[in-house]
Amino acid sequence: MKTFLILGAGTGGTMVANKMAEILDMQEWRIVIVDQDETHYYQPGFLFIPFGMYSPADVVKPKRNFLPPQVDIIFSEIELIEPEKNRIKLSRDKKTINYDYLVIATGSHIHPEETPGLTDEAGWLKSIFPFYNLDGATKLGSFLKFWKGGRLVLNIAEMPIKCPVAPLEFLFLADWFFHERGIRDKVDITFTTPLPGAFTKPRASSILGDMLQDKNINLVPDFNIMEVDQEKQVIRSYDEVEVPYDLLVTIPTNMGAEVIGKSGMGDELHFVPTNKHTLQSDKWENVWVIGDAGNVPASKAGSVAHFMLDVVIENIQRHMEGLDPLPKFDGHANCYIESGFEKGVLIDFNYDVEPLPGKFPLPGFGPFSLLKESHANHWGKMMFRWMYWNILLKGGEMPFESQMSMAGKWE
Amino acid sequence: MTVLENITLNEEGFMTNSAEWTEEFASALAEKEGITLTDAHWAIINFCREQAGDSGAAPTLRQITSGAGVTTKELFQLFPKGPAKKVAKISGLGKPEGCV
Ligand SMILES: Cc1cc2nc3c(=O)[nH]c(=O)nc-3n(C[C@H](O)[C@H](O)[C@H](O)COP(=O)(O)OP(=O)(O)OC[C@H]3O[C@@H](n4cnc5c(N)ncnc54)[C@H](O)[C@@H]3O)c2cc1C
Repeated sequence: MKTFLILGAGTGGTMVANKMAEILDMQEWRIVIVDQDETHYYQPGFLFIPFGMYSPADVVKPKRNFLPPQVDIIFSEIELIEPEKNRIKLSRDKKTINYDYLVIATGSHIHPEETPGLTDEAGWLKSIFPFYNLDGATKLGSFLKFWKGGRLVLNIAEMPIKCPVAPLEFLFLADWFFHERGIRDKVDITFTTPLPGAFTKPRASSILGDMLQDKNINLVPDFNIMEVDQEKQVIRSYDEVEVPYDLLVTIPTNMGAEVIGKSGMGDELHFVPTNKHTLQSDKWENVWVIGDAGNVPASKAGSVAHFMLDVVIENIQRHMEGLDPLPKFDGHANCYIESGFEKGVLIDFNYDVEPLPGKFPLPGFGPFSLLKESHANHWGKMMFRWMYWNILLKGGEMPFESQMSMAGKWE
Repeated sequence: MTVLENITLNEEGFMTNSAEWTEEFASALAEKEGITLTDAHWAIINFCREQAGDSGAAPTLRQITSGAGVTTKELFQLFPKGPAKKVAKISGLGKPEGCV
């Protein structure tokens, strides 16, 4: 009996388990998936919790519901991966699992302790909150409910972060939220980012930058945070620029899972060096990487994990047949950006082509407009949750292709 | 006539062909940015060129601090205001990726 082992049962791992269960002969193979947490979090939903648009119950479901019965699920922390020996060690019962194929889908996670002063007790989760996990998002929601206004500062500690548009969405939604509550004039909103502008890609950056300006949100670019000075209530950059806050919303440093670092399989941020077109590990040919866990220079997003899926599955099957992997992954990302007031912007891009204006997914028709605000884009984002739970996780067909298309776009 | 005139830079000031790079070029460009290169600067420039290897891709801030044995603070003192970008320019490399 051969073992197909998947580490992490989040977005990527769950999709791979579902696909492989359809493909592999169960007389010959057993599929095992390991995760430390029994709950599946719909992370894109974390964005809406601070504003009371979603409740915590809207974003959690048991992982088991999304995995097919023929897959062995083990709930345990993964303690060590030993790729030279083709085995892993679990914390639970000190169990060892040998594998023939390994898929790493352990995701990326926030590390606020990387920024000095950020998690000091006085302000952490009292006037300083992350929203990239459920606990932070929920506590921020409780805080915002009764906040009377002041200086709201959002800081990105370091790139790369998962869902690089989420900070912008947070700002747009905050602007809307304070408008609705009638206190927008009492809130000063500032965005501090290590990037040279609002976003990573120049065309989108300029359009999104204009949107920030229209909404009266200050932008402080090239801001590399050195520390949080809680006593003075300022964040300070390495070149000694200080930005004062009353409420600090932080996107802390994002890193791959600790076990990747501990096993000597990661780069300086614990991301696994991965071939950006085949999604095979650079070092071990029976190790494959999907989702946020790898170091490929694509956005870390659920939609990207979905676009990676077909490539990973095809290449693993090819490898099983003794064929070379195909360099098919093009870095395709597709993100809805909530912009407030029930509108949204959609961007679609890959390694080589930055986000362009146009219509998506049907050229000329849409219904979604690229790089432009529309109500349809907002409803697209709201529908995404249903699609995520019901189609995406099961590895089902989404209404668009894995490789990016230029149809319906203009340069 | 300076070494800078013999070199092609893109609109953001990054060298387009990292093979054209020379040490004189680095010193001249650093001078233009108001930096006089010391051994500490050279250690970092050499590290970045090595890291980039054939790909010409500049390392990120974190790759420099964890690989070259300097703290971020020191790096900002050596190459003020955006060290990753500045080192990349002076080392004749492309714009640091890292941001996607
Ligand atoms: C606020 C926010 C908004 C977002 N918005 C969007 C959006 O609008 N659109 C979009 O496409 N994406 C969005 N994303 C990103 C998306 O959620 C992630 O990119 C996606 O979930 C990544 O999938 P993954 O499988 O790589 O990792 P994950 O889904 O995070 O799964 C990793 C799994 O590995 C497990 N694990 C890790 N280490 C261990 C260990 N040592 N032992 C056992 N188990 C372990 C974890 O428990 C987890 O279940 C958003 C993310 C956030 C935080």
